[in-house]
Amino acid sequence: MNDLNPTSTPAADAPVLLRVTDLKVHFARPGGGLLRKPEVVKAVDGMSFDVKKGSTLAIVGESGSGKTTSALAVMRLAPITEGTVRLGDTDLAKLSESQMRDERRRLQIIFQDPYSSLNPRQRIGDAVRAPLDLMKIGTPAERDARVDELFRQVGLRPEQKHLFPHQFSGGQRQRINIARALATNPELVVCDEPVSALDIAIRAQILNLLVELQKKLGLTYLFISHDMAVVEHICDEIAVMYLGQIVERAPRKAFFGQPLHPYSVALMSAVPDLRGGRARAAARIKLSGDPPSPIAPPPGCRFAGRCPVAEPECAQALPPLVEVQKDHWVRCRRVEVVNGLAVAPLALPEIPAAALAA
Amino acid sequence: MTTPLLHVDNLQVEFKTRKGKALVLNGVDFELNAGETLCIVGESGCGKSMTALALLGLIPSPPGRVRDGRIVFNGENLLQATPARLREVRGNRISMIFQEPMTSLNPVFSVGDQIGESLRLHRGLDKAAARAQAIEMLRQVGIPAPERRVDEYPHQLSGGMRQRVMIAIALACQPDILIADEPTTALDVTVQAQIFDLLRELQREKGTAIILITHDMGAVSEMADRVIVMYAGRVIEQGSTAQVVNQPRHPYTQGLIECLPELGSSQHGARADLPEIAGVVPSIWELGTGCAFRERCPHAHARCASEVPPLIADGSGHTAACWLLEEAAHAAPALAA
Repeated sequence: MNDLNPTSTPAADAPVLLRVTDLKVHFARPGGGLLRKPEVVKAVDGMSFDVKKGSTLAIVGESGSGKTTSALAVMRLAPITEGTVRLGDTDLAKLSESQMRDERRRLQIIFQDPYSSLNPRQRIGDAVRAPLDLMKIGTPAERDARVDELFRQVGLRPEQKHLFPHQFSGGQRQRINIARALATNPELVVCDEPVSALDIAIRAQILNLLVELQKKLGLTYLFISHDMAVVEHICDEIAVMYLGQIVERAPRKAFFGQPLHPYSVALMSAVPDLRGGRARAAARIKLSGDPPSPIAPPPGCRFAGRCPVAEPECAQALPPLVEVQKDHWVRCRRVEVVNGLAVAPLALPEIPAAALAA
Repeated sequence: MTTPLLHVDNLQVEFKTRKGKALVLNGVDFELNAGETLCIVGESGCGKSMTALALLGLIPSPPGRVRDGRIVFNGENLLQATPARLREVRGNRISMIFQEPMTSLNPVFSVGDQIGESLRLHRGLDKAAARAQAIEMLRQVGIPAPERRVDEYPHQLSGGMRQRVMIAIALACQPDILIADEPTTALDVTVQAQIFDLLRELQREKGTAIILITHDMGAVSEMADRVIVMYAGRVIEQGSTAQVVNQPRHPYTQGLIECLPELGSSQHGARADLPEIAGVVPSIWELGTGCAFRERCPHAHARCASEVPPLIADGSGHTAACWLLEEAAHAAPALAA
């Protein structure tokens, strides 16, 4: 249980499974009466990323940053306003509803809340079997065998098939959700905050299960979370979103070794950690205010209004997402490259060694 | 030793259910000193929120009932107080912030009315004075343009602002004790950081004692002076933050701390599996005799199944309810010190 199984990091030359290009999801809000004009909520506003086969891309950001909407758009569960979503060779954005139905078996989702995402009146075996029935995969006997196999894979017993969701704890329900998501042998699994509703002791069990299944089945994860420690544990690459756009994208080690965007740095510094305690809290970078509205985002850098190192120029034009080091992309005009090394305009605060050593 | 501000002694709360009586708090003891922050941690269902409700006399009754124990606040046993006396204490001397700032504010009253309510009730202020004081409270919790915000309704505020309003309501009468039940669970981390800063700052200024209920060990480490760990309705470990976080003694606390993904894990070597605590919290009907953690405990032995371990002290104020500690003390008294 505690042994150090190094996870095989997917080879750098693994093929790209999911390529999202310039994705936009805009929601129209109709006007009301004479005074309120129709408005457009730009939930996701030009987002591009690749996910390599067998790897995990984590999308992090605060509520309202568009991380869940972008994942739902990849699943075609939110309307795509513009852009392409390529899964292998197929552009999901262009498919008709019925074509999409056939592709659904290739991508599945695990939802955040294990309580509301299972039908309380459906036996859990039927819930896991439902995707197989709906997509007409295999014969009925094969489907039964598949459900048993899935139950074992996620650490449940096949004889529990006949029970109802209320007879299970949150962690077990999340195992049922995982089994259901894996039923059709998907290539891509979207995990939308899969552990944030669970108790800490159960979180570790589910995270370990997800890692184990990825290794065994070669799954590709799009992992949505706001918990930086969980993300650091599970991801191979990370994308940080702010107000509908990616502000930084990098491989795991590079990002957590040196986050470059001031927002990423502030986000990292806001996480309360076991080590550091009050010294850490005292050294924290303080962000004031709330993010601006996605209806009328400011013209320049969207973070400029809250950024501790913003300059007047930052508010004038939206900076592009630039590759400042190999595979490390950042959307900030204040990040400089000196002798081939990127320099962050805002450094993570130093925490006194004494506080960490304790 | 000074008398603590609050002393909870052998608190037992039971609920009547169809299956019989469920003892959800089984002899909870702790003390809270003036001006300190005490964190109560544990998994859902361990009794942490129930403890908070009991302190305020808010156990839903029936079906709930305090079966035994004492809650002594400033020398007065609140369990024997009349409902009228409890109303004087609640929201005035002891107040509470709830987890969900959306559902715990009333959507049809302005925030000014809601902050002013306790001032009018407890302090006898008139409407104008209460409004003025409400504006002052909004300013203190860091809400910009309080003169305008005071007349706004909860739906006009963001989640972080609503939680600030909750804090303003709770602190309006300058209580001695503020109970915060997972006050930041519904908020983003950057907003959580703001709320924690605010709580620390207000505590420094006003000397309010805080009971923070949380399951986030990171939050414990940056907020708490002392920590109580609860499991299945009992306190299983308590001590200073440094003691509990750095040298946890109960196997459950040890597991709880080990199983956390750590910031910085990407920088040292390959990814390892997280240590797990096997199994789940037993249901209240499965407790039986002995230590409630024994089924999940890597060190459980015969005695754990037959006798409930008491809190065993080490002389430095750090106690844990585990038989291993007693055996360690017998085997090598020097080690226990």
